[in-house]
Amino acid sequence: MLRRALRLGLGPGLLGRGLGAHREGSTLDWHGKVSEIKKKIQSVLPGGAWSPLCDTSHLPPEHSDVVIVGGGVLGLSVAYWLKRLEKRQGAIRVLVVERDHTYSQASTVLSVGGIRQQFSLPENIQLSLFSVEFLRNINEYLAVVDDPPLDLQFNPSGYLFLASEEGATIMENNVKVQRQEGAKVCLMSPEQLRKKFPWMNTEGVALASYGLENEGWFDPWCLLQGLRRKVQSMGVLFCHGEVTRFVSSSNHMETAIGEKVTLKRIHEVHVKVDHSQEYQPVECAIVVNAAGAWSGRIAELAGIGKGPSGTLQGTKLPVEPRKRYVYLWHCPQGPGLEAPLVADPSGAYFRREGLGNNYLGGCSPAEEEEPDPGNLEVDHDFFQEKVWPHLAQRVPAFETLKVRRAWAGYYDYNTFDQNGVVGPHPLVVNMYFATGFSGHGLQQAPAVGRAVAEMMLEGHFQTINLSPFLFSRFYLGEKAQEHCII
Amino acid sequence: MAAPGASLRLVAPVWNRGTSGIRGLSRSVDPEGSQRKGRTLLQFLADHFYDVEAVREYLLQKQVLKVLRKNRSSTYIKERYGPYVAGAYFILKQGGAVKFQDKEWMRPNGRGLSGELWKLREVPIEAVDASGCAITYQGLDNLLALKELQSLSLQCCPHVDDWCLSRLYQLANSLRELSLAGCPRISERGLACLHHLQNLRRLDISHLPAVSNPGLTQILVEEMLPNCEVLGADWAQGLKLGPEEQSRDTASSPIPA
Repeated sequence: MLRRALRLGLGPGLLGRGLGAHREGSTLDWHGKVSEIKKKIQSVLPGGAWSPLCDTSHLPPEHSDVVIVGGGVLGLSVAYWLKRLEKRQGAIRVLVVERDHTYSQASTVLSVGGIRQQFSLPENIQLSLFSVEFLRNINEYLAVVDDPPLDLQFNPSGYLFLASEEGATIMENNVKVQRQEGAKVCLMSPEQLRKKFPWMNTEGVALASYGLENEGWFDPWCLLQGLRRKVQSMGVLFCHGEVTRFVSSSNHMETAIGEKVTLKRIHEVHVKVDHSQEYQPVECAIVVNAAGAWSGRIAELAGIGKGPSGTLQGTKLPVEPRKRYVYLWHCPQGPGLEAPLVADPSGAYFRREGLGNNYLGGCSPAEEEEPDPGNLEVDHDFFQEKVWPHLAQRVPAFETLKVRRAWAGYYDYNTFDQNGVVGPHPLVVNMYFATGFSGHGLQQAPAVGRAVAEMMLEGHFQTINLSPFLFSRFYLGEKAQEHCII
Repeated sequence: MAAPGASLRLVAPVWNRGTSGIRGLSRSVDPEGSQRKGRTLLQFLADHFYDVEAVREYLLQKQVLKVLRKNRSSTYIKERYGPYVAGAYFILKQGGAVKFQDKEWMRPNGRGLSGELWKLREVPIEAVDASGCAITYQGLDNLLALKELQSLSLQCCPHVDDWCLSRLYQLANSLRELSLAGCPRISERGLACLHHLQNLRRLDISHLPAVSNPGLTQILVEEMLPNCEVLGADWAQGLKLGPEEQSRDTASSPIPA
């Protein structure tokens, strides 16, 4: 056997014949196999078509502890406070999913940017007081080494609410509550109004409440950029995509009295990349719904509201988008530098913008006249018919004004009681809400972010008690009605 | 994060330049050349080493805490000696000057506060000169308790900003004279809340670098406070001059348009 092998091995022309001639009668196709192997080796070497690692840098990560749906001011505020209040640095992995990185339809940047403490609910007043303290010290909270400090362009000019005869008692009660909580508000009679603001026509005004301190307006885009910058420096991941699906598991349990309850837990969030069919399932522990005007849709995806109406399973999240118009006009003889943000009893409001006698304002339409929220087109007739008459009646100088620009934005309107929804859902146990603020979300965002972060980390509210704003009130029918809505 | 070059060019980061002392802050607007080179090396190190970044953050925090500590209100002195002495103590500690009614100006001398301060319990304070002091929003509590204050000078205070001005309405009954010249953080938005001070007769708003349009702001403030004499920018500042006037004026006016 050895002699035969040696003879074969030493035989001339063996190498030239190739290995195929070695075994006769074998069914193994050596030539084909070798060429296949050669092709594979060539493709793996640089320059070939196949690569063992595909590039997923445009996709979100596969695992994240907290997924925040919505990258507006509320979502970023929750992310900031989560990172700030975590027990150990780097303990929580947070992912913020934002569908539109230009924020073209986001309520945050289209907002008029006002902040006030003149609310009727004590919780709202406390939220606003903390938020104004946050804004005042924004360069301590949101400082990033070597980046320039933020300039919020805050105008501390205050809010002036006017009330007619019917609303005067309610206003007095509200001011009492506001003063108790620590807001600096004063009541003014029509004569005092005329003396202080001679450009105002006080016909029909019985009482006015004027915020002396900590009220005014600022630049929301600057706050958003500041939060974004700080939150990125703290290690929060951003993802540009849309949430299309939640994968959850259910747990059927029985209450003490024997009722059947189904508790759901979201395990995965499917994030679809823009302009593509690619999606990434992100495994998560907690989902925060901070999607603003589209929170209702996200809640439906999670299965909230799918059940017989009147039960807890059938209670939907009553947040829907409502379109609001803002108009910018120029009036050369208009109110001077001292003008606060004036809110008329009819619902129209206006404020100064800059030094050049430009004014911003608008009006919330009545329930029956709500415009279609399908797009953000501006209706200029609305200004002519519904806003201008009230403005001209209140400020005679506004008879001659010229509208320069207008835009529209969404309120994440809570149809139940026009106040925010905060905290976890009773059945979908790991979905937390931070939405539904109906036009005062921007001014309460820093405080709400802290409250939601506390709820997530500790299990209860620590600094400001927002239990009147939990989801369960929609099922129980307990309205936390806010009366001072602009 | 902004590119390192960009954050140096963007002006007046008051926090980042605080190393040269509080009073040096409001004087220069541009960073000096050597400081810029030093900053670039430090920034380079901070970008590449976590330790350096942590040290810089710690130093920044220390500066902030130093200013905060200076602005604490001393409740003990307030309870024992009354609001006027407490206010005077606060101002003198910061390096300003105080004038009690019918007395001379009291300044901090090198050897500590004079003993007669503690005897002036019932005497109200008429005038305060807090130029260059590091008074913040919190520290203003001490000043706002002086209900008979007639003249207040906050010239070149580096931490006085629009928020602080929004608190001054509490002195509306007595304040006659106010000077805000040279404060780097005050803008026209803060000046708008001075309309509460209807008894004001003299207001100085010159050399405010953060005011975007000094001439127009002066006109609007004059309209807002009709009984007050407003010293500030010349109304023609910022306007484009005609060709003959331009050659004449560039010789005489030192203020850049």
